[in-house]
Amino acid sequence: MTTEIISALAKFIAEKILKQPNKAIAADEALISSGMIDSFSLMDIALFVEDTFGVRIEDTELNADTFDNLNQLAALIVSRKP
Amino acid sequence: MTTLPNLLQRSYQEAPDKTSIILQHAGQPDKPLTYRDLIRGANRCALTYAREGIQPGEVVILILQHGEDLVYSFWGAILHGAIPSIMPFLTEKLAPEKYRADLASLISITKPTTIVTYPEFEQEVRGALVEGDSVRRVILTDQIEAEAEPNFESLQGFKSKPEDIVVLQHSSGTTGLQKGVALSHRAVLNQMDAYGQAIRLDPASDVIVSWLPLYHDMGFIACFLMPVLLRVPLVNMSPFDWVRAPYRLHLSVSQYKGTLTWLPNFAYNFCAHKIRERNLDGADLSSWRAIINCSEPVHVESHDLFFEKFSAYGLKESALQTCYAMAENVFAVTQSPLDGTPVVDEIDRETFMTQRLATPPKPDSPSMKMTSSGRPLPNVKIRVVDESFNDLPDRSVGEIAVQSDCMLTEYFNRPDATEAAIKDGWYLTGDYGYLADGELYVSGRKKDLIIVGGKNVYPQDLESLASEVPGVHKGRTVAFGMYDEEEGTEEVVIIAEADSTDPSEQEAIADAIRKHVTKSSAIALRHVKVVDDKWIIKTSSGKTARSANKEKFLKELNSQ
Repeated sequence: MTTEIISALAKFIAEKILKQPNKAIAADEALISSGMIDSFSLMDIALFVEDTFGVRIEDTELNADTFDNLNQLAALIVSRKP
Repeated sequence: MTTLPNLLQRSYQEAPDKTSIILQHAGQPDKPLTYRDLIRGANRCALTYAREGIQPGEVVILILQHGEDLVYSFWGAILHGAIPSIMPFLTEKLAPEKYRADLASLISITKPTTIVTYPEFEQEVRGALVEGDSVRRVILTDQIEAEAEPNFESLQGFKSKPEDIVVLQHSSGTTGLQKGVALSHRAVLNQMDAYGQAIRLDPASDVIVSWLPLYHDMGFIACFLMPVLLRVPLVNMSPFDWVRAPYRLHLSVSQYKGTLTWLPNFAYNFCAHKIRERNLDGADLSSWRAIINCSEPVHVESHDLFFEKFSAYGLKESALQTCYAMAENVFAVTQSPLDGTPVVDEIDRETFMTQRLATPPKPDSPSMKMTSSGRPLPNVKIRVVDESFNDLPDRSVGEIAVQSDCMLTEYFNRPDATEAAIKDGWYLTGDYGYLADGELYVSGRKKDLIIVGGKNVYPQDLESLASEVPGVHKGRTVAFGMYDEEEGTEEVVIIAEADSTDPSEQEAIADAIRKHVTKSSAIALRHVKVVDDKWIIKTSSGKTARSANKEKFLKELNSQ
């Protein structure tokens, strides 16, 4: 299941946030600390996660300490899934 | 004539229990500060500056985040008569070495004697210091004196004269050439007086709600100095919290019956697109009497989006207003009159583009809508001039020049820049625009400057960063801004020539440019195009012709 979550997240980030649909994002690649996802797009991730997986990420958690790559974000989603 | 310390003293004596600032931090209870709290906190810092031997007139750089420490260390410097200047804090994505280099360059020009920061940030700050520079001490927030009753007789700031420099606002300049806009007590107070009239500010009923950073004039003047000095309550959240949850602004307006907010244009789009209904359950926005669009080119479509989204919560259409402002005039130059919506001037596109004239639209010919930035403040005179500094008639586009009793004293330690910017007592703004029926329409910029989400960036800085990436031909890069209607702001595009014609190698270079520019500048770069040799157009003198390259890029984009 984690693999599917990771590929859904990677597709969303490449298409909707980076607007580079062909871009491959490695599961351990830094997302926030690298600036790949800028602060204006962090909310989009939270909304996508909520709509797609039914998992809430609080706005105070939208920082590199909570998750900074797809592996960490997927683990967070799995741990909170109802 | 009074000074800033005089106003603080009066507030302390006349209104000690009045709330001055309500500080908000996500996940924590709101922290209200009365004038007593504010001035006693500031006094602790003033005593600290005195203990450290800081002399009045010395520059104190504040590298602190949103919160009490920043508020107290700023007003403490005012009480002590030192000149405070607030600098941006290191962001998560910015490379620390880049931050240190910028700070070192600022120190070399502004020559501060003191920096105030957190214990955990001390090493970062010290990393920017060099042997023989002006900085004599780094004061940490855990070294501040204990609270004591302020002694207004002995505080050094009370010796200040109205013409003395009271603050520096660092306006953006190209890397290595930052400009500290030096403002006197008199200029700041004249601006407050004139701007207060223009927006009919009423300390008894107004409440300002803001998420704007304090190192930028809009947040610093309209949403920090003005409310504190004129006793208008301020609800202040961090830009960091707002960008992750923009509905917090609306909820604070609803909770505290906020009346006034200032926003850059992109924020209207951002709020309209990203706030969800469930986040605004029960919110009442009917108290909002002015949301003033400032610091980026104004687009009326952004107002429309915002109104459409939030009218269901009682937002009035007449709340959407505009202003034209700059640090060099302390803040506002013009303001829309607040009793209606700003004037929208529909003009013929072709005549505007080719003859620089704003004429009425013609049938069957494309038109464009210009939104008025309003009328000059009562203390401000505006001219629109040609290149020989002659006045242009109404509806002719030229450079906007400003004269007032609230202009900068100088660019601090930059007589060259001061001389270049002020001609016969007029400040040349570098912005293009036209006047019509007493309203000012701002239409563009003389210098190549890109404004992204309210942040100013210079294309030449981005071009040299892109040039540093391996595989890119040195000096064969071009950067420009492109207006993005969805986002309501400009997006940066960088084009770079590379040796390789292999598409996958070119894509790898594009990615490396994105990463490098993002880590080393204020923006997050998305749009990069790596091209073959000789794509970029240069002028005969070898300079990069940005607008010609932009046209070529758009033409290729549209033909795809």
